[in-house]
Amino acid sequence: MDRKRSSKHDLERYARLFAERSEKVKTSAMRDMMSITDRPEVISLASGMPDTKSFPKDLLESVFVDMARHHSAELLQYTPTEGITPVKARIAEVMAAENIKADVDNILVTTGGQQAIDLITRVLVNPGDTIITEAPTYPGAVPSFLSFQAEAVQIDIDDAGIRVDLLEQELDRLAAEGVTPKFIYTVPTFQNPAGVTMSLERRKRLVEIASERELLVLEDNPYGMLRYSGEPLPTLRELDGGNFVIYLGTFSKIFAPGLRMGWIEGPSPVIEKCNIAKAAADLNSSGPAQYLIESYFEQADWRDWVKTANGIYKSRRDAMLTALERYFPAEASWTKPEGGLFIWATLPEQIDTTDLLTKALRSNVAFVPGAGAFLGSTPDPRGRNTMRLNFSGVPEDRITEGIRRIGEVIEEQLELWRTMTGEHRTVKTDAVAAPEESSVSWLAGRKMKRQAG
Amino acid sequence: MKVAVLKGGASMERQVSLRSGARIAEALRAGGHEVVEIDVDQSLVLNLREAAPDAAFIALHGRGGEDGTVQELLEIVGIPYTGCGVLSSAWTMDKSLTKSLLQKHGVPTPRFVAFGESAFKSLGASDALDQIESLLGFPVVVKPARQGSALGVNFAADHSEMPPAILSAFSYDDKLLIEQFVKGREVAVSVLDGEALPAVEAIVRGGDFYDFESRYEIGKTDYVCPAEIDDAVAKRLSAIAVETFTLLGCHGFARVDFMLPENGEPQVLEVNSIPGLTQTSLMPMAAEAAGISFEQLAERLLATAQSRQAYPIG
Repeated sequence: MDRKRSSKHDLERYARLFAERSEKVKTSAMRDMMSITDRPEVISLASGMPDTKSFPKDLLESVFVDMARHHSAELLQYTPTEGITPVKARIAEVMAAENIKADVDNILVTTGGQQAIDLITRVLVNPGDTIITEAPTYPGAVPSFLSFQAEAVQIDIDDAGIRVDLLEQELDRLAAEGVTPKFIYTVPTFQNPAGVTMSLERRKRLVEIASERELLVLEDNPYGMLRYSGEPLPTLRELDGGNFVIYLGTFSKIFAPGLRMGWIEGPSPVIEKCNIAKAAADLNSSGPAQYLIESYFEQADWRDWVKTANGIYKSRRDAMLTALERYFPAEASWTKPEGGLFIWATLPEQIDTTDLLTKALRSNVAFVPGAGAFLGSTPDPRGRNTMRLNFSGVPEDRITEGIRRIGEVIEEQLELWRTMTGEHRTVKTDAVAAPEESSVSWLAGRKMKRQAG
Repeated sequence: MKVAVLKGGASMERQVSLRSGARIAEALRAGGHEVVEIDVDQSLVLNLREAAPDAAFIALHGRGGEDGTVQELLEIVGIPYTGCGVLSSAWTMDKSLTKSLLQKHGVPTPRFVAFGESAFKSLGASDALDQIESLLGFPVVVKPARQGSALGVNFAADHSEMPPAILSAFSYDDKLLIEQFVKGREVAVSVLDGEALPAVEAIVRGGDFYDFESRYEIGKTDYVCPAEIDDAVAKRLSAIAVETFTLLGCHGFARVDFMLPENGEPQVLEVNSIPGLTQTSLMPMAAEAAGISFEQLAERLLATAQSRQAYPIG
């Protein structure tokens, strides 16, 4: 019989052609699963979508008309790689609203904030270089880090953002090995996915660390303006004055993600390199998208929509927090963000949220399992009992119903667990004698699981 | 011929199905057929009526598509369809039913027990866990009974690893099986028109188990086709595959997955009534090794829609 090695097979012919960096970015059951969340019957608390339904249609119409009337030739033309000057001026205006004095020459317009992350990684990271991110980190940044073959070191965050004490320890450890990280990537305000905000104290210390050690910090700040309670904090960029902090911004949350308009603001040598990299990637960001920004800023006060959107999101956040209190088990905990789009929930540790999602999908509700926000070896055990919940994309009643359904599947899982570990008997007897004991017996069950792991 | 290729749907294997469907549609078009691709949803019947195809090619995987549901619907609306009928689809979808039938007829399959979530919840099945464990011995494999692509499959090396494995399997289905772990090579034999195609061996790089990622990510798994095995073993695999196919009442085609231990009989793990037809799927590879191109395979699979004896549902 003619024996044929797979290398001769069609499939293998392609497999051999792929570059190493393309092998780093993995497909996953999770990604495939997420594709069934966009069915209309599914309440999706998974995506990070801002509300675009409430944007005033007549305003949008007049913006389009204005754009076509005044910029038709330019918007159909190629534009400068770094972006058109009026848009860069608008970006400086938006940054000024957060107390940052930005020089338009140090701004590079990008195709969404996503390209900003990709370009920075492209120009700074050699294969095998170390970078530092938060744990959990923005999952959307991970493919860029992986495809440029960065070695990511993750630093835990808590309710006050990145643990700068752990960061310093890690930097010392790396220094002892002769390793200098290329950058520290952080979303300090209303972090994605955790929703937490870095405290002022830690912001100051992080900027000091960067300066003392001459390390670059990528401050990714898509949500800074989406604050619903509490006092605004200075950005890292403001505290640093533009020496070591590279600022990544976007119009996605203050206007609309459909435009794919973001930017990088940073030291001019870095911007110059990014400019060259952008020319290679896409020559320039979409002309119509840029002129749309320009016309929009001409026609309206951009803060008005931010204010309207913030009103919508605040009420949705509150609805989600209330629903979590009501429907999630007592053993669960979650962050209480003062802004942004996400709440991060941590469930009892026997619950694997990737498994839970498949169950939740049968109840027509979706969320993002937390595992994707951790970069360790697969499967990374960290984050397996966590989930990211988005509250900006769906109205209050759907949020409440969605959380109720998730709470229900969690309860089913817990019930099954109690049945298996025999814990239900303890609970039952205790429940009769002393109901308050039940939490103690739950801890006993948890201990058992720890021994198992 | 006008063919409706049914793909997508809402199962966990939606993306895999979209890839299978697109590839089949392309091959059928190349073969001169008029093809309508239908992403299966609530409008399926309306879409089918509108398209009025001569036959339906079912490129669905997992629940809804592979379990007899769509087949039943197609019989109601009177459209001939590819592959297994209602009963054999439902039967093969459930690993525990499949294995029970095989056991009864002496076809080798690893020892197992199966039960539903309700047995746990209301009948105290968890109290029988120690008995199950001593019956099967560790390690065991815990699987959802009706889920494809190895989703929700977990190993348990000892008693303490059972609860997480069971919890995981029950996330995918309300019925699971606990199976004796058989160490060996993963080999699949596709059956086409009652005849076995050459066996394909899947060897995952880095010695991992053949899970979802290694199944569908190009370059993660080495496939050897025909598998490098003794002729006697190859014959035995073919014979068992055909016997399994017949016992389960399969029609047209199916894929039988085996675990091949170092010594001893090949063990049937499961039967797929709609094998994957993607770039990395095993059945197209087996066909190619038998000298059947993908276009020819598509044609032969389509022909199974016409060869079925139509029968009303009883």
